Amino acid sequence: MFYGLAGKLVPWFAAAAAVLFAVGLYIGFFVAPTDAVQSEAYRIIFIHVPTSILSMFIYLVMAGYAALGLIFNTRLSSMMATALAPTGALFTFIALWTGALWGKPMWGAWWVWDARLTSELILLFLYLGFISLHASIEDPRRADRAAALLAIVGSVNVPIIYFSVKWWNTLHQGATIKFTGTSMQIAMQQALFTMLLACWAYAIAMTLLRVRSIILERERNTQWVQDLPEVRS
Amino acid sequence: MSLLVLVVQRDLLLAVRRRADVLTTLIFFIMVVSLFPLGVGPEPVMLRNMAPGVVWVAALLASMLSLGRMFSADYQDGTLEQMLLVPQSLSMLVLGKILAHWMVSGLPLVLLAPVLGLQFDMTGQGLGVLVLGLLLGTPILSMIGAIGAALTLGLRGGGVLVSLLVLPLCIPVLIFGTGAVEAVISGISYSANLLLLAALLVLALVFTPWVTAQALRISME
Repeated sequence: MFYGLAGKLVPWFAAAAAVLFAVGLYIGFFVAPTDAVQSEAYRIIFIHVPTSILSMFIYLVMAGYAALGLIFNTRLSSMMATALAPTGALFTFIALWTGALWGKPMWGAWWVWDARLTSELILLFLYLGFISLHASIEDPRRADRAAALLAIVGSVNVPIIYFSVKWWNTLHQGATIKFTGTSMQIAMQQALFTMLLACWAYAIAMTLLRVRSIILERERNTQWVQDLPEVRS
Repeated sequence: MSLLVLVVQRDLLLAVRRRADVLTTLIFFIMVVSLFPLGVGPEPVMLRNMAPGVVWVAALLASMLSLGRMFSADYQDGTLEQMLLVPQSLSMLVLGKILAHWMVSGLPLVLLAPVLGLQFDMTGQGLGVLVLGLLLGTPILSMIGAIGAALTLGLRGGGVLVSLLVLPLCIPVLIFGTGAVEAVISGISYSANLLLLAALLVLALVFTPWVTAQALRISME
């Protein structure tokens, strides 16, 4: 049963997230050298970049699960989509917030109406719309299906965010790390990838934890939930 | 095709019988636009630069206001349930309802926009592009709005929720629509923005009636 498996996996992913966060932040703040142009303030990218990547990626995963739930009527995929949404919204918010903190010393403004910033903000609105639509429909089956449709319609936005820097060529800088190689210093890369893995592990741990609660809530009248040791005690 | 015409005729007839609903949206649009010069001061240069944005945002809000009516009356008296049982394509029927909704609450805004633009001291060419942009853009607002209206059918607090769902999806329309007028004001070609709007219109025309039909099925089961 998925409930039991998720329960076994949660501590592992949570521990991995904690260790990776510690290592990533240590490399990022103490080992990685100071940037030639942006001095110390660049270090916020170790939080900004992983959270923004995941904010988009989680939306796609959420829309994917939602589509599976809508097409094949599988209850678990709809629950996974619901469980992913708050973590995605959190990452989107952190990405916007750290971006603002970085933008103040670099661009001289907390917020610029640049294509990528705007589309990331729309992504946050889409997450909030998904969560509030799901919350305002009482019947969980209808809520799953309605929110799933919204998530699929909204996923049009993700490629727009991803390519916004290339298409509009505005203030937000392009990617430094490309598949064809990078100009980045090795310790910076290590910190960035460790933080990315850390965010990944955190997202998985939180989602599994949340999906367990959702399963318990929806299946509260079934026999197997009544028989669980944590429910009986 | 005959189904489409039938639905449009029926909804227009209903709208004519209930004229107050249509007028409320229009008056709201005029009021919101007229509030801006009072709020930011009557300097002609600033007003001229603000005009496209103000008219577009007001049109967006006014079309949100009327979305609730698109399906709710039919839902309450049970007509919508009968419509789902019709052997013809539900997407076609939905398209008819969207068209009627646009004729009642989108087209009047387009026709009124030049008058309001004059209040903001806009130039003749700017007004022309504003109207052209609204003509292409307001149907998209109705179509995207239909998805939101169908998803929130019969929910408490549906009116606010529908804005929360639909407004983020409408932002591209707003950007291209105001972009076209700003291009005229700053003297560069506006055709790119209008062509993008037209492309959005075609895409919306193909996909949104079908998505709305699915949303209605979900809400009605």
